Amino acid sequence: MSGQTDTHPLISRKPRSYAWWNAVNAWLLLLPAAVLLVAFTHYPILATIRHSLFVARRNGTEVFVGADNYRAMAADPIFWKALINNFWFALGTIPTSIALALLMALWVNRNMRGRGFLRLAYFTPTVLPMIAVANIWLFFYTPDYGLLDQLRGLFGLSAWNWLGEPSTVMGCLIVMVIWKEAGFFMIFYLAALQQLSPDLEEAAAVEGASRWYTFRRITFPLLMPTTLFVAINAVINSFKLVDHLVIMTKGGPSNASTLLLYYIYEVAFTFQDSAYAATLTVVLLVILSTLALLKFGYLDRRIHYQ
Amino acid sequence: MSAIRLDHITKSWGAFRAVDDVSLTADEGSLLVLLGPSGCGKSTTLRLIAGLEQPDGGTVTIGDVDVTHMTPAQRRIAMVFQSYALFPHLSVAENIVFGLRVRRVSRAERDERLKRVADIVGLGQLLDRKPSQLSGGQRQRVALGRAIIAEAKVCLMDEPLSNLDAKLRHEMRTEIRALQQRLGMTMVYVTHDQTEAMTMADRVVLMREGRVEQNGAPEQLYNRPETAFTARFIGTPPMNLLTAGDRLIGIRPEDIRVVSQDGRMAQVKAIEHLGADSIVLCEIDGKPVAVRQNGFSKVASGDTIRLAWDSIHEHHFEGSSGRRLDTVADDQTQIASS
Repeated sequence: MSGQTDTHPLISRKPRSYAWWNAVNAWLLLLPAAVLLVAFTHYPILATIRHSLFVARRNGTEVFVGADNYRAMAADPIFWKALINNFWFALGTIPTSIALALLMALWVNRNMRGRGFLRLAYFTPTVLPMIAVANIWLFFYTPDYGLLDQLRGLFGLSAWNWLGEPSTVMGCLIVMVIWKEAGFFMIFYLAALQQLSPDLEEAAAVEGASRWYTFRRITFPLLMPTTLFVAINAVINSFKLVDHLVIMTKGGPSNASTLLLYYIYEVAFTFQDSAYAATLTVVLLVILSTLALLKFGYLDRRIHYQ
Repeated sequence: MSAIRLDHITKSWGAFRAVDDVSLTADEGSLLVLLGPSGCGKSTTLRLIAGLEQPDGGTVTIGDVDVTHMTPAQRRIAMVFQSYALFPHLSVAENIVFGLRVRRVSRAERDERLKRVADIVGLGQLLDRKPSQLSGGQRQRVALGRAIIAEAKVCLMDEPLSNLDAKLRHEMRTEIRALQQRLGMTMVYVTHDQTEAMTMADRVVLMREGRVEQNGAPEQLYNRPETAFTARFIGTPPMNLLTAGDRLIGIRPEDIRVVSQDGRMAQVKAIEHLGADSIVLCEIDGKPVAVRQNGFSKVASGDTIRLAWDSIHEHHFEGSSGRRLDTVADDQTQIASS
C-alpha cells in the first residue's frame, strides 16, 4: 500500500516536467526568429501607425493630432496621383509579366536544341540590379540618339521624348519592368512544370485532348499554386520596385510616373515630413495586406495543392 | 476488327536497342501479356502500340488499319498507366468522363455512361472524391473506369497492378480478366509478374533485351520452354537447371521426387511450408534445386536426401545458346525407357 502511494506522484510528475521542459525548448528555438520579427516587422508597423497620428515639432516634441494627417492626405492631389499611377502600373505589369512567364516556361520546358541557352537568356534580366537595368533602358528611351529613336529615325519618324512625355512615360516603365520580371517568374513556372508527371499529358493525349485543351484543363489548373505565389510576388513588386524612378524620371514629368512608395520616399527624405510619410506608409500597408488576405483567404480554397 | 499486329518493330535510343525486331499478333478479343524483367522493352513496346513513341522501323496495325504514323487519339485505344495518371485536381467522375468531354459527348449520354461504368468498377459512392482521397485499389478502379468508358475495342495496360498489395492484386487480376472478356476488348497487358501472365493471358510474349524470347499460350511457356531463360523465368519456383556436360537439364520442382534408394544425393538447405505443399530447397553438387512436395514436408534442413525424376520430365537446353534441344531429349527418353 505504502509503496504504491510513494511511486504514484513520481510517475505523474515526470511527464509534467517533460512537458514544461519541452515548452521551454520550443520557446528558446522560436526566440531568434521571434526577436527578429518583433524588432523589425511588428514593432515598426505599430510605431508607424502611432507616428501617423502625431505631428513632430521643431523642438523635437510630438503633438497628438488624431486623423489630421489622414485628412491632409485625402486632400493631397499628389497622393491620389501616385495611387492611381500605381494602380495602372500594377495593372500593366502583373498580368502581362505572368502570362509571358508562363509562355516562356512552356516554351523552354520542351525538348529542343539550345534550350539551356534560351533559359539563360530569359533569366538574365533577373540577375541584373534594377539600377543597371534602369540605366540600360534609359539609353533605349533617350530622345534623338537612344535606341528607340534611332529605330524611329530609320522609318523617317521624328524624335520622341519617351520619358519626358506624360503620355508615354508610364508605358515605358511598364515595358521595362515586365522585361525584368518575366524571366524571374518563368523560373517558378519551369520548376512547377517539371514537377508535373508526363503521364498526365500522355493520358490526356490518349483520350484525344488537344494541346490547348490539355493546357486549359490539366496543366494550368495544376500550376495554380505557382500562379498564386507569382501573383503575390508581382503585386508586392509593383508597389515595392521604385529604384528605376530614382534613375529615370524622379517621378516626373509633373508626377506622371510617381508611385506610392517613391512618393513616401520623397516625403520622408526630401521633404523631411516623417509624420506624413508614416501616414502614407499605413495606406500602403493596408493595401498590401488586404490584397494578401484576399488571395490567401479566397483563392487558396479554390486551388488544388498536390 | 480490333486485332493488333506488330511487324518487325524496332526502337532505339542512341546505341541502345530498346525494342529489336519485334513481331507479334494479339487476336481480336484476346488478352496478350507482354512479360519480362525490367528493361526488357515490354513497356516501350506497349507505348509503341499506343502511339506514345514512334518506331524507327516496322509497322503497327490495329484492325486492318496501319496506325504506325497515327496519334494516340486517332488509334482509338484506351490505356491504363502504371501510375494511373489520374488528374489530381479533378473528381473521380470528371476523371472518368474526361475523354467523353474531349469528344463533346452530350451531357445526358455522359451521365448515363458514367453511371454504368461506375457500377461496373464499383465506384458509385466515390464519384465526388478527389484521387488523393482514395486508396490505391480505388484509384486503380478510376483508371479502369476511364479506360472502359470510351468503349474502345483496344485496351493497353502498363503494369496496372504493381502498386497494389498482394491480396488486392489477386482480386483485381480476376476482375480485369473478367471485364476484358465481358466487354470483348483486345487487351495488351504489360507485367513483370509471371503469375499475372500465367493466370490472365490467352497468349504470353516473353521479352528479353528488346527481343521476343518466346511467344505462346501460358501452358506452352510452362510445359515447353524454348530457351533456358524462359525456363528460369516461368514458374514459382522456376525450373531447376542442372549442368550436364555442354548442356543444361531442366526439371520442374513438382517433377522431382524424394526417394529412399538410388537417385541423386542432395543437401537440404531450407524448407518453405506453403500449406497445401512445401518447397524443399536443396543443393546438388553446390547447385540449388527446388523440390515441391505435397502437404507438410517432413524433411528437415541439414538432411541429406535422395532425389529422382523421370527422364520424360527433363527439358534439355544447349549450354552456350540456351536453345531447347528436342532431339536429344527424345533420345534420352528412349534410353531411359529401354
